Amino acid sequence: MSVQTYQLPKLPYDYDALEPYINKDIMVLHHTKHHQTYVNNLNAALKSQAEAVQAADIPTQVALQQAIRFNAGGHINHSLFWRNMCPAKSDDAKPSAAPKLVDKMKATWGDEATFRKAFNTALLGIQGSGWGWLIKVETGKEERLAITTTKDQEPVVGKGEVPIFGVDMWEHAYYLQYQNEKAKYVEQIWNVINWKTAEERFVGSRAEAFKDLKATL
Amino acid sequence: MTSTFLRSSALRTALRASAPKAPARAGLAGTSFVRGKATLPGLPYDYGALEPSISGQIMELHHNKHHQTYVTSYNNFSEQLEEAKQKQDIQAQIALQPLINFHGGGHINHTLFWENLAPKNQGGGEPPSGKLAQAINDSYGSLESFQQKFNTALAGIQGSGWAWLVQDTQTGSIQIKTYANQDPVVGQFRPILGIDAWEHAYYLQYQNRKAEYFKAIWEVINWKAAEKRLQ
Ligand SMILES: [Fe+2]
Ligand SMILES: [Fe+2]
Repeated sequence: MSVQTYQLPKLPYDYDALEPYINKDIMVLHHTKHHQTYVNNLNAALKSQAEAVQAADIPTQVALQQAIRFNAGGHINHSLFWRNMCPAKSDDAKPSAAPKLVDKMKATWGDEATFRKAFNTALLGIQGSGWGWLIKVETGKEERLAITTTKDQEPVVGKGEVPIFGVDMWEHAYYLQYQNEKAKYVEQIWNVINWKTAEERFVGSRAEAFKDLKATL
Repeated sequence: MTSTFLRSSALRTALRASAPKAPARAGLAGTSFVRGKATLPGLPYDYGALEPSISGQIMELHHNKHHQTYVTSYNNFSEQLEEAKQKQDIQAQIALQPLINFHGGGHINHTLFWENLAPKNQGGGEPPSGKLAQAINDSYGSLESFQQKFNTALAGIQGSGWAWLVQDTQTGSIQIKTYANQDPVVGQFRPILGIDAWEHAYYLQYQNRKAEYFKAIWEVINWKAAEKRLQ
């Protein structure tokens, strides 16, 4: 029986491209070890799942759900995360690369600084491992921005929710460089946010935000 | 005094059981609350004393920064809770509960953790004896098989958390349980032995190779402290 397997996506920049804000050691481990492990474990869980479906073994299918959720979440979150960062010198790293998004941000939070402060507060309020996301929520004709946090590797895949950018708040994302000073990491990561990608996700559809994942098949 | 904070008698006993006997250990749990304020307990060994299992750099950051932050935040939110109680502001009291759980839990967990570690020349890694050894053999067959199951539990934690050997206060039996984030072992279960599976506990030395950390830490487990907690 053939099961589709996912692959680790290539980074759209070099491992040291986010220096000095995120150092090379972190990027290498984060991408080639942590993300790779989620991909491997996801593929293993999906294979077991396919076998359980074939065997009409429902208890096993149910038992596998948490492993699929966790590891697929890890794969989805990191895939989105790599693409919503870019070298600080790039024009894409400037909010001016996201005119429509910034307008909506201002309409929602008053100004960009207030938004950033609210986002940072959300990131620092996470108890344990997790992620902070800016999302677009589509309810009927209405579209609004919201800051949300997710625990562990819970993915942002809620109905009508489009992830715009996310920040990994697991300790592995910053510890080698920032140790316990996570507030500094949270402050510095704004230098490498890819606003162009953010704009594309903001004006695009939910399916488009996740399209890169299909490419990892 | 500890009793206003440590409502669980199991925990209180656990902390008392390993209270300092020599002046050198006077900073430990027995005196870790001054005038109702939590304070960072001193370590009964040097930061570098658990090498090579746990590096001195990890120990220093873990104790002096991470644990200290839990203590500071716990005191801060306790004060806010006290104010909310005085104002009879029930909403504020409820909103503060997760913060008390997290930071108070962080303080309790780390205090117990430092005590259940020891350098090799202070008994670290020496197998348990007496009642605890018996209980482990009865439940798991052997110490090795227990450690294997414990490491599997540690490896299975999705995110940050702890694995504990706990004693069921109703039946007296022991079991392995995992707890998310800083959820403390309270209520029905009594903490006997805990291992911190947060990334900050091992990352500077082991990075993503956490299985190596889980293996190495048994070399510096203080089973004597665990034995004293068992009732
Ligand atoms: Fe990560
Ligand atoms: Fe810790």
